[in-house]
Amino acid sequence: MSDARNQLYQIRPKVAPDGAELEGELLEVSMGPQHPSTHGVFRMDVVLDGETVVKLKPVFGYLHRNHEKIGEGTSYLSSMPYTDRLDYFSSLTNNWAYALAVEKLSGLVVPERAEYIRVITAELTRLQNHTSLCGFLLQDMGALGTPLMWAFREREKVLDLFESLTGARMMCNYMRFGGCRCDLPPGWLEQARKLVDEYPRFLGEFEALLSGNEILMARSQGVGRLSPELAVSAGVTGPMLRASGVDYDLRKVDRYGIYERFEFRVPLGDHGDVFDRYMIRVLEMHETLKILRQALQQIPEGPVVDPKAKLRGFRPKVGESYGRLEGPKGEIGFYLISDGSANPYRYRVRPPSFINLTILEDMCLGRSVADAVIILGSVDIVLGEVDR
Amino acid sequence: MASLDQIFVTLKAWVLGLLPETVQPFAGVMISISAIMAVFPGIFALTTVVERKLLGRFQNRPGPNRVGIPLTKIRLAGFGQFIADGIKSLTKEDVVPRNADKVVHFIAPFVLVVPSFLALSVLPVGRNMAALNFTETGLLFFFAIGAATEISVFMAGWSSRNKYSLLGAMRGIAQMLSYEIPLILSSLTVVMMVGSLSLVTIVEKQTAVQWGVFHNWHVFTPWGFAGFLLFLTAACAEANRTPFDLPEAESELIAGYFTEYSGFKFALFFLGEYLGMFAISGVAITLFLGGWSAPFTFLDWVPSWLWFFGKLVGFILFFIWLRGTLPRLKVDQLMNLAWKFMLPMCLINLVVAGVWHYTADWNDLIRWPLGAALLALPYWIFSRRFESRFQTRTYRYAS
Amino acid sequence: MIGTGIAKGLVLTAKNLLSTYTDKERLPTIEYPDEKQPLPEASRQFPMLIFDGEDEMKGLRCTACQICEKECPPKCIYIVKSKDKRVDYKGQNQFYPAIFDIDYSVCMSCQICVEVCPFESIKMNTEFELATPDRFGGLLVHKQQLAKSNAHYQKIHPTEAAASDAAMAVEKAKAEAKAKADAEAKAKAAAAKAAPMPSASPEASPETPKPAVAAPKMPM
Repeated sequence: MSDARNQLYQIRPKVAPDGAELEGELLEVSMGPQHPSTHGVFRMDVVLDGETVVKLKPVFGYLHRNHEKIGEGTSYLSSMPYTDRLDYFSSLTNNWAYALAVEKLSGLVVPERAEYIRVITAELTRLQNHTSLCGFLLQDMGALGTPLMWAFREREKVLDLFESLTGARMMCNYMRFGGCRCDLPPGWLEQARKLVDEYPRFLGEFEALLSGNEILMARSQGVGRLSPELAVSAGVTGPMLRASGVDYDLRKVDRYGIYERFEFRVPLGDHGDVFDRYMIRVLEMHETLKILRQALQQIPEGPVVDPKAKLRGFRPKVGESYGRLEGPKGEIGFYLISDGSANPYRYRVRPPSFINLTILEDMCLGRSVADAVIILGSVDIVLGEVDR
Repeated sequence: MASLDQIFVTLKAWVLGLLPETVQPFAGVMISISAIMAVFPGIFALTTVVERKLLGRFQNRPGPNRVGIPLTKIRLAGFGQFIADGIKSLTKEDVVPRNADKVVHFIAPFVLVVPSFLALSVLPVGRNMAALNFTETGLLFFFAIGAATEISVFMAGWSSRNKYSLLGAMRGIAQMLSYEIPLILSSLTVVMMVGSLSLVTIVEKQTAVQWGVFHNWHVFTPWGFAGFLLFLTAACAEANRTPFDLPEAESELIAGYFTEYSGFKFALFFLGEYLGMFAISGVAITLFLGGWSAPFTFLDWVPSWLWFFGKLVGFILFFIWLRGTLPRLKVDQLMNLAWKFMLPMCLINLVVAGVWHYTADWNDLIRWPLGAALLALPYWIFSRRFESRFQTRTYRYAS
Repeated sequence: MIGTGIAKGLVLTAKNLLSTYTDKERLPTIEYPDEKQPLPEASRQFPMLIFDGEDEMKGLRCTACQICEKECPPKCIYIVKSKDKRVDYKGQNQFYPAIFDIDYSVCMSCQICVEVCPFESIKMNTEFELATPDRFGGLLVHKQQLAKSNAHYQKIHPTEAAASDAAMAVEKAKAEAKAKADAEAKAKAAAAKAAPMPSASPEASPETPKPAVAAPKMPM
């Protein structure tokens, strides 16, 4: 490495026990953007001293698609399909967050049945997102795809439900301002109930395979610690924050929608390491199943969209609004400034994965490359959201 | 069924009888070589298919199930996949990086494959069927040749001039060197008890009958059982199989030390690795599981080579099972396991073997629990130390 | 003791392996293209235009109002209005599209064009096996390829088609009632005009047959 760069990476020279100075070179590796386990086109420039990470710079933007600028040129309704493609694993929660922001601007009221459908679909989204994440994390640890394939087998059942309701497996485009696009098809509720009844068996298998596994514990406990103070000051939200012990779940804080009617607990971790983040997500899946059971039982009949909502020529009032909710990865928020025309004046997305990534370096310093990969996996990023 | 048991030996003797006297030694050697080069790569080819199908089934998906006979529609449940893979690897372009050290890059696969074949030649695959019977140094020869394969890992990583390969190669060398120690120490107990380094003698000692119906396999003794488990773990690490496949850790380094190899050389690396796996499984079978002998006397009618290959298949399936289940160990955990856990356990195992030898005239019902207790106690102490650092946790809920 | 977690995991994987041979749900792979999974009714792939009756071009419901073109998020629809008008199912004179192109390679199957169409004329098809080696014009679909009959629509989306037909019937009934009311009002006005001027009555009569011509001839 040249002298200038050596200056940049000035590390104190190592000293042998007898006082002699040890010479060594730092190895700079660029992991990505084409890499089997960086969850998308993401690059990490790591500087290694042997196997220890000395400096880590995340580089992203490979998937930037001008989402926010397109939002300024598209009408409110037409921006809804674009929100699917932000965090493409959880399109329904993105839709709902955007619909919340617009409903705040326009004062539409959502009917009961639509609220229940929103909760059911959002919790199903959370379920399949956490399932995939647990599979991916174990794949990163080298379990060669077995947990991943089991997770995807279960995820397909949830995606089948989405397809029969919205028409598409992942790009759902289902929420509308003032409710949902269409009503549940006949037999959907029975299929959803059957899924919720069978899911605990799969979760039990997962836990039997992994939660007592010594190799998993040795690889993830104590790795990538995040202190609660640092997490709060960096703006981290979602399961990562709760794994560090901070009690902040927007479903309990904001009480948006009808979440007050359901009984569920919020699991908290004590150590903030990779194992905690993994286990918190597993426990959250159990809580999600609880919410789903209650919602599927209580859902009333009725209309699914506010009769005052207009599809064509929708113009909300002048003003600004911020609609946010607890997505599977954290707080997803949409900030809209409306100037009374058909398109928003400013359309801004608060992406949880992007903000959770800002402390990646702090978590990875001093650990080895293999740890850096699992720490990245436990942050749960989706590049569609990070880059927009 | 003695004739079926010795069928290959009689076949070879018959062929040699057809040739003139002067050519006979040379021809005998050629027959043995061709037999090894036909059988073990054949098992390798089938193993690649079976591994992919079984891994698929572990993951709830069918493995390859379309290629039967290439260029026809006959499916054969996908068992022709190895033919397709072979044709593919032979016809692929051989890409060598521009900065690579060409000579080293070229000979690295051969340094892996040739010693693996040599190592396979000392295995007694059946009664009177060891290709090379070194009466003084059988096992020593095997370990020496096995160590020679390790340099190919480093040659591959170094010559590729690629940071990822270098990382993989360094990890690989560190892992393989560290696990040689438990490997050799656990086999040392067998040598101690048998009194000879010759693999043929070791197997013959295990054909003795004890307790009326059991053959005297070493794995039925406490030191043999512990030695077997230690040898198995070390063998897994030597063969770079999950959970010790760090040098090829796909999710971090794409393919580790053979990232820059393509086409036929990659196929040679693959072949060399699997042959190493077969060789070391063969030695495990020979040392602990009685080689070509049956477990019970009433099963002695099954041919010896069938027993050997049956046990080899069992080992292969076990390795595939491990690969489908376990995540990978990190490099420092791997090293800790070798030096801080397996090395002490191997030394304790040596002591237990000695105790077993000197209590030869005690009742078996006392010897076995005594040996087992002497081994279980350190294991339990190590477990407690592990559990004090890593344990399952309970989580609290927000109020 | 170390090893118990690993052993439990091994037993579980072995059980899973054996159950893939006995339990059909454990091996959910569908070997496409030999077996195909039936798509649910709501599935949406790419848009199509609906026509009533037998003639594709004459029965096309689209009136080239260009709302779908404006609302389409990636702007993949291109419409050119015709210069003349023709009568639609409600009995009103409407334009029709001279050119109606959709670029399937840009379309993101969001279904917004279907939702905003006031004439029930653009709907979602379920065909997705559209791969073509022509990467420039291969996925640019024109009016002729887009037009699909109402019978096809009723086959692939029965509930939606039933709702759409019902909505159209309601509209048609409303239009007929309005037309009848208009005709009656006109007849009354004509009669009122005709009464004080008996010489003008022969001119009044040709006006009355007009509502009869405006009644729809197209079958539903």
